[in-house]
Amino acid sequence: MTDGELRETVLRVLGEIAPEADPTTLKPDVSFRDQLDIDSMDFLNFAIALHEELGVEIPEADYPKLATLDGCVEYLAAATR
Amino acid sequence: MATFLMPILGADMSAGTLTAWLKQPGDEVRRGDIIAVVETDKADIEVEVFTGGMVEQLLVEPGTTVPVGTPLAVIRGEGEAAGAPVAAPATTAPLPPPLQPPRRLLISPSARQLAEELGVDLATVHGTGPGGRIQRTDVEEAAGAPAPAAADRQARMRQAIAAAMSRSNREIPHFYVTQTVDMSRALAWLAAENERRPLTARLLYGVLLLKAVALALREVPELNGFWAGDRAAPSERINVGVAVSLRGGGLVAPALHDTDTTSLDELMTAFRDLVQRARAGSLKSSELSDPTITVTSLGEQGVEGVLGLIFPPQVAIVGFGRVVERPWAESGELSVRPLIHASLAADHRVVDGHRAGLYLAAVDRLLQAPEQL
Repeated sequence: MTDGELRETVLRVLGEIAPEADPTTLKPDVSFRDQLDIDSMDFLNFAIALHEELGVEIPEADYPKLATLDGCVEYLAAATR
Repeated sequence: MATFLMPILGADMSAGTLTAWLKQPGDEVRRGDIIAVVETDKADIEVEVFTGGMVEQLLVEPGTTVPVGTPLAVIRGEGEAAGAPVAAPATTAPLPPPLQPPRRLLISPSARQLAEELGVDLATVHGTGPGGRIQRTDVEEAAGAPAPAAADRQARMRQAIAAAMSRSNREIPHFYVTQTVDMSRALAWLAAENERRPLTARLLYGVLLLKAVALALREVPELNGFWAGDRAAPSERINVGVAVSLRGGGLVAPALHDTDTTSLDELMTAFRDLVQRARAGSLKSSELSDPTITVTSLGEQGVEGVLGLIFPPQVAIVGFGRVVERPWAESGELSVRPLIHASLAADHRVVDGHRAGLYLAAVDRLLQAPEQL
């Protein structure tokens, strides 16, 4: 997948977890938790959904790398190529 | 014959609206089957029947609002003969809303233009400008706002919470005990556990807290139950209610049944499912009526501690803050440990400080041996 496709996937998955998230205003380099009302349960569901969508195993130690939209794309790009 | 009544699905619920019947006359039902959907101030609740048999008669039409305790259906037990039809309960027709004079709209020209562009009915927009003037932001919010029914529900939920918490503050003589808990052993165990588990089977530290809260109630059982008018009524089952914040505001505190006897894996699965359904507005009646104690955890919000208000008719609520690293002295040695602030709000009619202190100390002790939870 291209970075653009990964970004769309991340935003779609995020939208299912946090429906109030507006992709047009989400700052890609700012933590999701600083922009959206999501908690650790939401984040776990987010990681599981990415895993199920992309087949990527995400160790708990790597969670901080998925804290932002840019971070997610970079991490998933490395994991899927 | 047994009568299925409109249940109490919240501390200050006085009435509910029967939304749909999921069983019809002639259908067999078993204890625990979902028989109807009831709309409350907080959510649509799937209501379980507490007796088995056959649905004999439905007494209330969908869409009807009735007080708590109103007979909704008749259930014929096994081997019982058919009974005479029961008269449907009288329901009062809703009063018409009081007549209001036509409202002259205060609205900025740009907001009016935006409303026309977006197809927003100005009569449904709440103005937040001076004197109730409708502004562009009000129109934008209305255009993307939830349907009026959902907005109404949020307002009613706020009213329900206000009523319950006011009652709690008014009727329950609260006192508080607090404890700083060293979470180093629990978090180290959790990290090691999660490292060997696939993503879909990982645990959140919240389930360790819930299990410790539940097991500690075995040592101080008077905190597990209710105040029943003039005396304490302890519960045999330990059903920990989990305060879940809802998107858009409000909260519910549904029960994880038999928390003390549920394994951590099962508890995590149930916890995840419960939070998802709570936020989707799809809880079961027993989950709302069965909590015997509540846990509120505000660590995700970044606060170090919370002193909660007890959900009546429960007699206690446990609060947790966020995990913070602080200096910690143990056996004369100083180190930095991850710590969590735990609080217990207890009903002084039911328990005294000594027992409350023993309870919180038990929670602490249990969290020092996470492999035994």
